[in-house]
Amino acid sequence: MPGLVHVSTTINGNPTDFLCEPRQSLLEVLRDVLGMTGTKEGCNDGNCGACTVMFDGRIVTSCLVLGVEAQGKEISTIEGVASPEGLHPVQQAFLENAALQCGICTPGFIVAAKALLDREPDADEGRIRHWLAGNLCRCTGYDKIVRAVLDAEDKMKA
Amino acid sequence: MTSNIVLSEVEYNVVGKRHIRPDGVDKVTGRAQYGADVQLTGLLQGRVLRSPHAHARVISIDTSAAEAHPGVFAVVTAADLPFASLTRDDLGGDYQRLKFASNHVMASDKVLFKGHPVAAVAAESQHVAEEAINLIKVDYEVIPPSMTVRQAMEPDASLLHDDLFTSELGQLSDKPSNVASHMAFEAGDIDEGIKQADVVLEREFETASVHQGYIEPHNSTAFWNTDGQLNIWTSTQGPFVVRTNVADILRHPVSRVKVTPMEIGGGFGGKITAYLEPIAALLSKKSARPVKLLMSRTEVFEASGPAPGTWMKVKLGATSEGKITAADIFLAFEAGAYPGSPVMQGAACALACYDVPNARINGYDVVVNKPKTAAYRAPGSPQAAFAVESVIDEICEQLGVDPVEFRLRNASREGVRRVEGPVFRRIGLVECLEAARNHDHYKMPLNGPNQGRGIAAGFWFNRGFQSAVNISVNPDGTVNLIEGSVDIGGSRASIAQQAAETLGIAYEDVKPTVVDTDSIGYTMVTGGSRTTFATGWAAIEAAEDVKMQMVERAAKIWDTPVEDVEYADGALSHKSDPELRMTFRELARQLLGTGGGITGASNVDPTGEGNGFGVHLVDVEVDPDTGKVTILRYTAVQDAGKAIHPSYVEGQMQGGVVQGIGWALNEEYFFNDQGQMMNSSFLDYRMPTALDLPMIDTVIVEVANPGHPYGVRGVGEVPIVPPLPAIGCAISHAIGNRINRLPANPGAVLEAMG
Repeated sequence: MPGLVHVSTTINGNPTDFLCEPRQSLLEVLRDVLGMTGTKEGCNDGNCGACTVMFDGRIVTSCLVLGVEAQGKEISTIEGVASPEGLHPVQQAFLENAALQCGICTPGFIVAAKALLDREPDADEGRIRHWLAGNLCRCTGYDKIVRAVLDAEDKMKA
Repeated sequence: MTSNIVLSEVEYNVVGKRHIRPDGVDKVTGRAQYGADVQLTGLLQGRVLRSPHAHARVISIDTSAAEAHPGVFAVVTAADLPFASLTRDDLGGDYQRLKFASNHVMASDKVLFKGHPVAAVAAESQHVAEEAINLIKVDYEVIPPSMTVRQAMEPDASLLHDDLFTSELGQLSDKPSNVASHMAFEAGDIDEGIKQADVVLEREFETASVHQGYIEPHNSTAFWNTDGQLNIWTSTQGPFVVRTNVADILRHPVSRVKVTPMEIGGGFGGKITAYLEPIAALLSKKSARPVKLLMSRTEVFEASGPAPGTWMKVKLGATSEGKITAADIFLAFEAGAYPGSPVMQGAACALACYDVPNARINGYDVVVNKPKTAAYRAPGSPQAAFAVESVIDEICEQLGVDPVEFRLRNASREGVRRVEGPVFRRIGLVECLEAARNHDHYKMPLNGPNQGRGIAAGFWFNRGFQSAVNISVNPDGTVNLIEGSVDIGGSRASIAQQAAETLGIAYEDVKPTVVDTDSIGYTMVTGGSRTTFATGWAAIEAAEDVKMQMVERAAKIWDTPVEDVEYADGALSHKSDPELRMTFRELARQLLGTGGGITGASNVDPTGEGNGFGVHLVDVEVDPDTGKVTILRYTAVQDAGKAIHPSYVEGQMQGGVVQGIGWALNEEYFFNDQGQMMNSSFLDYRMPTALDLPMIDTVIVEVANPGHPYGVRGVGEVPIVPPLPAIGCAISHAIGNRINRLPANPGAVLEAMG
């Protein structure tokens, strides 16, 4: 068995150390090593977006990042989106707009949508559809997801 | 005009309102536990070795190197399945059924599709398991595959099963064949009907294999304890079906199998079959450790679910006034590697929208070297609708009749007998057609070249089947609702709403929980648009049971006969003494001191059908240079009977439409000449993204189902039926040539343009 590598990183603002095999993806590390199962696996080849996380401020599919690449980086996941005060407006908007059915793609959509609104608080429907094109949803037909993101924009301004 | 319209006939307090789903917070925060999230002490990870060939004889399997690999705890093959040591004498008439079921889980003598399991390994990690399966040596003798129904039905076709005989209208053929069965429905006199027609059209259609495309891959975790108790955690639409299948294939008592349904990441009919569960159980038995199996996306495509590819012929006759006089239909559906395509359902749905006096439908279930087909949302109906609705569209063009008007003249309504027998009760197809005609989408002309509009109708049965619900009253006046229906799209909410409405309490006071197979009565799958209908019915009956017991308790406390106590609007009162009155909550608080808690229980099996209909309108634009089709506008109209939670009804409609758009325009299993799938990733199997679509407008029509207390019909299946023909017809109108083959991808559209 390959030797384990010691990685020091920051996850959702908390300094975190873990041991992983060099061949393990960041997705595997989050789920199997750290027990953070909110990040989902849908395809393991970067095409569905269910495993979307923030990696030093950029959106990545964590199945295409190696665990060892997390060394010294800032990672944020679905588990870090809500605060002790409550849900993030994007999460609240998904609930109120029935923007999820089975919910497996939802963590990835929420991480990606939050990243969009953090940089473009006035994104229009076309921009939202473009930004979220890397996240597949098979249940909703996207209608209520797009409406939820537009609603979240209003909530964030209120 | 608003984009989501609800045409309501009856208003309720809780039913029909847009509540927040009970499992919502867990699902937007990543806390919800799906099948792949299961963690257990000592958990091993497994991998399955799968056939690289579409059709081959298995000569030998050598697992010795895998067994010797460090970190490997168990290796299994078909030799470990009970079927391997059973004979025809042991099984009698059940032999072939169990052989097919067992061999589907793991191939013994032959592999019948690329991706067919041949062995599996449990190891300390997925990576070690992956290393180990690569050490297993399998000798194959490759056989030419039969990949389409046309190929497989040829007299000299390569046979998948040497012991499969055609069930020809109930009689077994004397020669083995790839045609598993031929069924037929007939009504009236087809020749007479054709004679009466002023216009007769006959057309031929084909559709490709498509996948349900749920985002969560199949998974299963099993622990076979040394006392024989087998526990399974899995993402399934039907925990009780998995229990039955696992007990059957492993020849284990059903009472010793407990299936815990985890949250499920989509199913659409594809998560009913037990693919991984028996393998995980065998690996656990051998290793004495819990074992988790996960499919990769490629495995999901290659070894689970496709909806059948089809070959269909439709001959329709109509009078110049636009009345259908006759329909003669041929349907040949791919079953995949083992018999069981939904051709019977396709045949029963094909003409369900219309009152056709003379009809004949022949259906063929044909095995081919593809994964065994699985249910996919209204199984069989979308393909049949593509063929029938396309011919109706062409007849409307020839007669110069408005397509909505034509459908209204022929529409099924109360009292019409379907070709396979049942007579419709009150149904809402006419109301859907009228709502479509009244919609501003229908009134608005197209506004550019290369554009076309399509319209089509669709049907699904919406049958009930078994469901169970228990409701216990808490001391604070809330209730716990225990159900066996897995929640895929908000059904905890729609079931809780029906219980709250019946009890006369607030939605928030009902706390629904989905439990394992040891903890609730038998409940059929979440599928077939049955859950809100049948499990809702069970919730209503359990709530009525609670009400009855609450009345009895109030009578006991007031020392009065039960007949004197009335239950209304969530309160109990004495019929003649206005002083004696308690709210549900006040009585709940007193239960423990007056005889103990109260639990209402019900097991139901509602007969009759909800019978759902939908009518869709779509505008498309075709790029004349590339053949690419853009969906400009889409409106889905559907009779929901009663929309218990309108947002999730709209969600079902929008989701079904978009799956239908993918099916019509892009999605397709693409095979090379050896029968190997060449596009088994989401990159190459192109499902619609947010960028490909407009908003999907909806109109919910509510014509109450007379067979349900709140009028529910079920909604999930119907919306995937009309998109195939509606889009096909829209493209046909845009380019001036007919689209008779799906998917209508850019290449196919260019070809059709000529």
